[in-house]
Amino acid sequence: MGKLYERLAKDIRIKEWLKACMNCGVCVSVCPAAEFYKYSPKTIVNIVQSQDDEAIEALLKSETIWYCGECMSCMTRCPRKNAPGQIVMALRSLSIDMGYFAESEKGRQQLPLQRALCGNILNYGYCVYPRTFKYEDHPESGTIGKWIGENLEEVHKRLGSNLEQDGPGVLRKIPKESLDELKAIFDVTGATERMNTVEEVSRRKAEEMGLDMEEYCKRAFNYAGKGHTIE
Amino acid sequence: MIYKGKQKIWSDYQKEIPDDHWFYVRSCIRQNFFPASEVTFLRILRDELGKDIYETPHHTTCGGIAYHQECIPQETQMTIIARQFALMTEAGYENYACSCITSFGLYCETLETWHEMPEVLDRIRENLWKACRREFNIPKYLAHSSDLVYKFRDEIADRAKYKLVNKDTGEPLKVVEHIGCHYAKMFPSKGVGGAEYPYVLVGMAERWGGNVIDYPERRHCCGYGFRQYHVKANRGYSISNTHKKFESMEPYHPDFIVTNCPGCPYFLDRWQYVIAEQTGKTYGGNGYGIPVLTYEEMAGLVLGYDPWDLGMQTHQIAVEPLLDKIGVKYDESKKYEGTGGKPLPEPEFPMNIRCC
Ligand code: SF4
Ligand code: SF4
Repeated sequence: MGKLYERLAKDIRIKEWLKACMNCGVCVSVCPAAEFYKYSPKTIVNIVQSQDDEAIEALLKSETIWYCGECMSCMTRCPRKNAPGQIVMALRSLSIDMGYFAESEKGRQQLPLQRALCGNILNYGYCVYPRTFKYEDHPESGTIGKWIGENLEEVHKRLGSNLEQDGPGVLRKIPKESLDELKAIFDVTGATERMNTVEEVSRRKAEEMGLDMEEYCKRAFNYAGKGHTIE
Repeated sequence: MIYKGKQKIWSDYQKEIPDDHWFYVRSCIRQNFFPASEVTFLRILRDELGKDIYETPHHTTCGGIAYHQECIPQETQMTIIARQFALMTEAGYENYACSCITSFGLYCETLETWHEMPEVLDRIRENLWKACRREFNIPKYLAHSSDLVYKFRDEIADRAKYKLVNKDTGEPLKVVEHIGCHYAKMFPSKGVGGAEYPYVLVGMAERWGGNVIDYPERRHCCGYGFRQYHVKANRGYSISNTHKKFESMEPYHPDFIVTNCPGCPYFLDRWQYVIAEQTGKTYGGNGYGIPVLTYEEMAGLVLGYDPWDLGMQTHQIAVEPLLDKIGVKYDESKKYEGTGGKPLPEPEFPMNIRCC
């Protein structure tokens, strides 16, 4: 058993959700990611269960672990009570902790994701927030999404939201002391450390690619290379 | 025969849902995209049915959307949940209702882990104390807010102004129900009806007169996929999976889709628009799409609430064909108004899909 597997084995999700895979392929047959990407949850489970560190390291640096949509359809169906989607989460966490995520195009997406989602949580107390959900980044939100964005206060008021106001209700302003508590939780439980790792590793990778951080972040968010999908 | 089998499964997967006194936490996605649905939920539960549903301004996101994109570690996620439970404990409640399926799945998962690994629970208690000086009890009952609407479906039927029936033909409307993956795929026993035949939406739709249709990709994901949507470069995954569902349901001519999870109605609504703009294909009749409703909107329509109070003007897919089938009265001129009847500029109209 190698060092990487040893670290993986400590992850709660591996302890709970990796039993013994019998290669039946049921997870592959229900997996939405396997229909779109060159992806097989079965192969991932097999590599982890092999405990082969070389193969695990390659997996942690690969595009593959970032293809899963975490729908957990596989979890319902696996006759052996494995949960490939949970195993993927443990692999992604380790890939980030080891700094390996920046070796793949899909892994590099961690930077824009973290900036957007952790930014929303720490600044507003929500994972998604209308002030940062921009039509330019979300043209699929449609002509109606554009209209809502352009008339945000009026539309929300009309619908009974309490947008950015005190007291309870939809999209209320979450009090400062509650946001401070979220920040304290981030500090105590490793989220702040993870954010620093992602920033630092991404900074080094951007340098290596000859990009400044803003360009690197934009590219990670927008660029889709070839070879990921089933044609 | 098959129906009897389903009923047997449904009776095996009934969960206990207390009648009253709930601590309520909101959903990030529902607040952003379907704010009126949460308003409607409280209107039904508090004003129509007189229930005690308590909310504190201090509750926050559960962190689930960030957790499922690996932006925060599991330890952080569990401690945020612990803080929500502390707020519930401090307010004197023991029944916990959340408005989001991602949250609901995570609450189920976290409670299961704490049960299996008490040492993890001890560590999370320590984390919360260190970070926030708070302590918590584990909720006695956990529900998704749809579980409550399901529980009170008879009371809602008693007050109904409309039925889910075509007013011209007298036929039940054909309903596609979409349950949201994390409701019961992870922990089937925690959802009404289990993972195979979840009954929470079926129970509502059938009780209010509709007919739920089965189709091959009924249990397929809506296409969200967390990072497969949030990152622009990955959205091909999201729309491809939505497309697969629509192609599969199309031959059954659904009158509308009803959803459980706050994200699914957004994707099923907006990706229909994108598919139409990109390919010209529409899935409803006469160049329209198939209307996609939240369960709160469906309940609100049945109760006779104004569709524009329900927020149905924030859908990209026009709901008017559905309103006309049911016979709901509405004033089209008020669709794009702000507060107090203030007219707002009209949205642009798409090229390939009719929006009334
Ligand atoms: S369904 Fe389970 S046992 Fe079968 S291949 Fe997938 S992980 Fe292995
Ligand atoms: S959780 Fe991931 S691996 Fe499992 S079915 Fe969903 S996309 Fe596939």
